[in-house]
Amino acid sequence: MTEVTQPALTIDALGKKCPIPIIMLAEQINYVPLNAVVAVLADDPAAYTDVPAWCRLKSHRHVGSYELPEGGWAIHVRRNY
Amino acid sequence: MSLVAYFDAASSEPLHPQAREALLAAIDVGWADPARLYGQARRAHLLLEQARTEVAEALGARPDEVSFTSSGTQAVHLGVLGTLHGRRRTGRHLVTSAVEHSSVLHAGGVHERDGGTVETVGVDLTGRVDLDTFAAAVGRPGTALACLQTANHEVGTLQPVAEAAAACRAHGVPLLVDAAQTAGRMPIPPGWSVLTASAHKWGGPAGVGVLVVRKGTRFRSFLPEDERERRRVPGFENVPGIVAAAAALRAMAAEAAQEQARISELVGKIRETLPKVVEDVEVIGDPDDRAPHIVTFSCLYVDGEALLTELDKAGFAVSSGSSCTASTLRPSHVLEAMGVLTHGNVRVSLPRGVSAAEVDRFLAVLPEMVRRIRQDAGVA
Repeated sequence: MTEVTQPALTIDALGKKCPIPIIMLAEQINYVPLNAVVAVLADDPAAYTDVPAWCRLKSHRHVGSYELPEGGWAIHVRRNY
Repeated sequence: MSLVAYFDAASSEPLHPQAREALLAAIDVGWADPARLYGQARRAHLLLEQARTEVAEALGARPDEVSFTSSGTQAVHLGVLGTLHGRRRTGRHLVTSAVEHSSVLHAGGVHERDGGTVETVGVDLTGRVDLDTFAAAVGRPGTALACLQTANHEVGTLQPVAEAAAACRAHGVPLLVDAAQTAGRMPIPPGWSVLTASAHKWGGPAGVGVLVVRKGTRFRSFLPEDERERRRVPGFENVPGIVAAAAALRAMAAEAAQEQARISELVGKIRETLPKVVEDVEVIGDPDDRAPHIVTFSCLYVDGEALLTELDKAGFAVSSGSSCTASTLRPSHVLEAMGVLTHGNVRVSLPRGVSAAEVDRFLAVLPEMVRRIRQDAGVA
């Protein structure tokens, strides 16, 4: 089992529809140091696909998506550059 | 010149002029019950059987293998559930790809609720099914049916149908091929046992689908008994619609080599130009191994509904797989399965006769539209 890195920043995008969670992530990923993890909390089903797709397009790393007890996911992204 | 550039042929191809002509003529002479034995009925019967022969020829089938349904969706429902029912003694396992049309997936859902099992095989980033996994799934004991589309309806990627059919044949499993997006545009790949298609996607009228069941394939309708269409499809045939559908298929197929090649070039141009003129755009699907008329792309940080609205105002009819444009508020299952961006999604699908100027105008107005929507959303 891989250990979940503690996020350096958590973006609360719960209740927000795509593309807003992605826009928030693109803006705020630069606030954390290189190799740090940003957690995006989102419950729009589109975010579950779109955050990893954004990572692929922008060459950041999708670490994993973890279900939240209240619904939605914490989607972890590692800043690569 | 029409004011709206119609770029939604994958939803419905405009009625072919030859289909319109055939429809009007057949409405006058093909209204009687083709199952009866008087003059008007024999006339309707003759028209129906002539259309059946023409459709069979265009699809590479025998006339007695062809049944007409009321839609492509109905053809899929009947084809999937009828084949599963016919082979229930062999097993109750169904194999499909994750990017099939919803009619296939929903028929699979009914089968599952009825105690059957379904294996959904994933796709790669271009939307092509994983052939090795598909072949392995088909080889599982108790597999009654496998389903694969010729081309994906949302992204245009062609599926490896001939290879999948070979795997199915090796295990004695029938393959249902959903040819809705390519019938009339491309040759039907070989190896299918059951074939489905929809007339309004090849320039025929709505209300006509085709279900072809290869001789020797076990098939039994799960619906109440009805003697129409070799007991495969219940209800009185839509003879005028079927006649028009056959005329459209013949006309479309006759001009396909030239016209679809021209359309495919326009799609190629859109695929190549978009990343040069729009920042942060993902053009989706296989660039080469694709249906001639479909291209899909997603614009990062753009609300799909806003983009569709702007395109509509500018006179472009397109569709989208973004969740905000769906009644379910879920993104398209195809885009999800591929793992590509689902927001800011636009599908362009070009009809026959589309002008290169319309495509150029689309490419000219889109960049500014995307820029404005991003600006309004506060994207730097």
